[in-house]
Amino acid sequence: MGSKTSVLRLQVETSLATRVASPFQFRSRRILETVPTGVPLIDLRVGGFPRGSLTEIYGPTCSGRTSLLVSALASRTAASEVCALVDAHDAFDPHSAKAAGVKLEQLLWVRCRNVDQALRVTDLLVQGGGFGLIALDLGDALPHMVRCIPMQVWFRFRRAVEHTPTIFLVLERETTVRTCASLILKLHAQKTQWSETVESTNETSRPHSLGCLLDGWKIRAEMIRSQAKREDRSDAGFETEIRRNIRCSPADERGGQRQR
Amino acid sequence: MPFASIFVPNFWLQAVVRAEPALREGGLVLIDGNPPLGRVVAIDEAAAQMGIEIGMTKTDVEQFPGVKIRHRFPAQEKIAHAALLDVGWSISPRMEDTAQDTIVLDLSGLTSLFGAEKDIAAHLIQRLTACGLDGNVAIASNIETALIAARGFAGITIISPGEESHCLGGLAVRVLSPSDETTEILARWGVATCADLARLPILDLSERLGQEGVCLHARARGASTRALLIAEPADSFEEEMELDDAIKELEPLSFLLGRLLDQLCERLTARSLGAASLWVRFELQPSFENAVDIQEAFRTEKQPGRYEKQMKLPVPMRDSKMLLKLLRLRLHRHPPDAPIQKITLLAEAARPRVMEGNLFFPGFPDPEKLELTIARIVHVVGEGNVGSPSLTNTHRPGDFEMQRFLIPQEAAGGRARHRAHEHADGTIPASFRVFRPAIPAKLDWHTGCPTRVAFQGLRGEVSAASGPWRTSGDWWQEDPWQQDEWDLEIQFQDTVERFSSNGFHPNPGIYRFYYDSLRRSWFVRGVYD
Repeated sequence: MGSKTSVLRLQVETSLATRVASPFQFRSRRILETVPTGVPLIDLRVGGFPRGSLTEIYGPTCSGRTSLLVSALASRTAASEVCALVDAHDAFDPHSAKAAGVKLEQLLWVRCRNVDQALRVTDLLVQGGGFGLIALDLGDALPHMVRCIPMQVWFRFRRAVEHTPTIFLVLERETTVRTCASLILKLHAQKTQWSETVESTNETSRPHSLGCLLDGWKIRAEMIRSQAKREDRSDAGFETEIRRNIRCSPADERGGQRQR
Repeated sequence: MPFASIFVPNFWLQAVVRAEPALREGGLVLIDGNPPLGRVVAIDEAAAQMGIEIGMTKTDVEQFPGVKIRHRFPAQEKIAHAALLDVGWSISPRMEDTAQDTIVLDLSGLTSLFGAEKDIAAHLIQRLTACGLDGNVAIASNIETALIAARGFAGITIISPGEESHCLGGLAVRVLSPSDETTEILARWGVATCADLARLPILDLSERLGQEGVCLHARARGASTRALLIAEPADSFEEEMELDDAIKELEPLSFLLGRLLDQLCERLTARSLGAASLWVRFELQPSFENAVDIQEAFRTEKQPGRYEKQMKLPVPMRDSKMLLKLLRLRLHRHPPDAPIQKITLLAEAARPRVMEGNLFFPGFPDPEKLELTIARIVHVVGEGNVGSPSLTNTHRPGDFEMQRFLIPQEAAGGRARHRAHEHADGTIPASFRVFRPAIPAKLDWHTGCPTRVAFQGLRGEVSAASGPWRTSGDWWQEDPWQQDEWDLEIQFQDTVERFSSNGFHPNPGIYRFYYDSLRRSWFVRGVYD
């Protein structure tokens, strides 16, 4: 009986030799270390961003992708980590990032002109190592351009950050990283919240009020995939709120003088 | 109080060989003077065996097959001398710069650091070889004995106290460097060795040769004493190479730069320093493209062009391979516009980074490796597109500066206290995506309210508006600004997913528009995301 088993085992191993290195060897699942995203509700639901693996955040414009990314940058720079942002279409706003708490001196910002440049730069950064967080912002890239990125690129990135403490964040409009990502979050914009001022409530002849102030907007996040929290798949969708730091004018955000 | 002396024999020749190591094979002849008056001033052993002698003309030497002729290059000798000094300072801070080819070190108290005197001598020889020089090392209880022994004996010589006279006895009198007149007198007396001189009565020698005779007698007995003249170390390191044939390609240039950087880094290592910044200077071949007559151009002695670049390093470095990669990337971006005749590398030295790691703080990129990565990224995206954003002291919307990215001390040292960055109310602070450059737009108005917008070939309805927020400034300068900003919530008319001509995706959302009062136009600055 024992000899038959060993013969069978040998046969299976031989036939799978070219595809699977050691089919009978037990491999324990890698336990992913997660770090806070900077948003307690998201930390509670998804367990934070996993280190040493890819995290994909996707959604349309105004869905809060950038806010979540900036929040993660603020969280990591506050923990004395050095972060890198590869900005495929030069859309990063240092003013709002600073207001959100990002330590800009700990952020390496690479302003690219297209997706190709962004991927080449990301490759260099990932190979260089040592960053706490590397973010690849493809938020303004055309979806069909992003879809053209070969899957092997994402596999290579995943392999490069594996066994390192780096969090690799990818920001997109549509999901493309798929199985290479350990965590996939889908974001949708919900209702925008404007606060009315006294002066605006008296004006009825206008099509809409001028005196309102932008408070923020709600977003809905869905956990599409998570290797760290597999058991909570049923409770994947949740809502959170994006709020402007200073409830006044854009000029006041920069500390300027405003006139109305 | 022991002293060590290092003597580099045939120094001029060794300075040339140091710059061109392939010449170590032998048969090297050094010529000094302008043609046709150039004469042989130094030869190596192989050339001597061929029958070449000092003082021959270049024409005479050219008749010998396999002889390599080089011209004496004082700049290389200066650099070789600097390398010799660096070898000395690598062991002892108390050093005398005795001559171009000779230094003396005070070894007091160094046995606890480097071991016995024999080990110190071996260490010096090793450092000397690493710097591209071959020399003799002698250790004695006084300066003059160490100097004479280094000049007289090849390799390592260690003279114990009391043995000076005995050890120096066999050496020829000329190692004591007497004047020509005294040398002639001593030869007439039949005094050939130091032992012969030491045996002469001092009073009679004083009567006949004066003070020089007394000094020579003391040196011959190994009893001469004097104070050490301490030399001050320099903080800049220079390496130079003049080329017979100008080079234009980056590949052969990299090879030569690599060799110079190896020597530079070896010297920096000897002094336990690193390069804080590196200057690369090329002397370029003059271009005669615009000259009608080449002879005329030569007659007017057209000055060669110069190429100079400074490379500031984030931390003091002494890894020659890393420096070469950085230099190659820099040269690739800004290549010299003419063939190179002379290469000069100048390093400003600084103490290397000493940092204690911390188990409880996150890692950070290695500054040396990061510098190389950034240089490669600059090669991809161009200068000014990589760095750390820094907000400028102005209210001008969207104004910032890109600064060079350096690992902050706080992050590198891990001294910052770990503090989770979370907002107390659990919300996410709003962020903004900027359109660079701003997109021109058109707005329709009704009773002072924006109702419709159009930009990038797309039209949308304004469902909520906040503004105007008026800002202005810099009116006293050439580029003033005056803007009215609006936050507009827009619902695009075309609900089907489509893209504008340049790929803009019309998602409903809150956009920031502004009216530029100076240009009298509307623009979209960006979108909240």
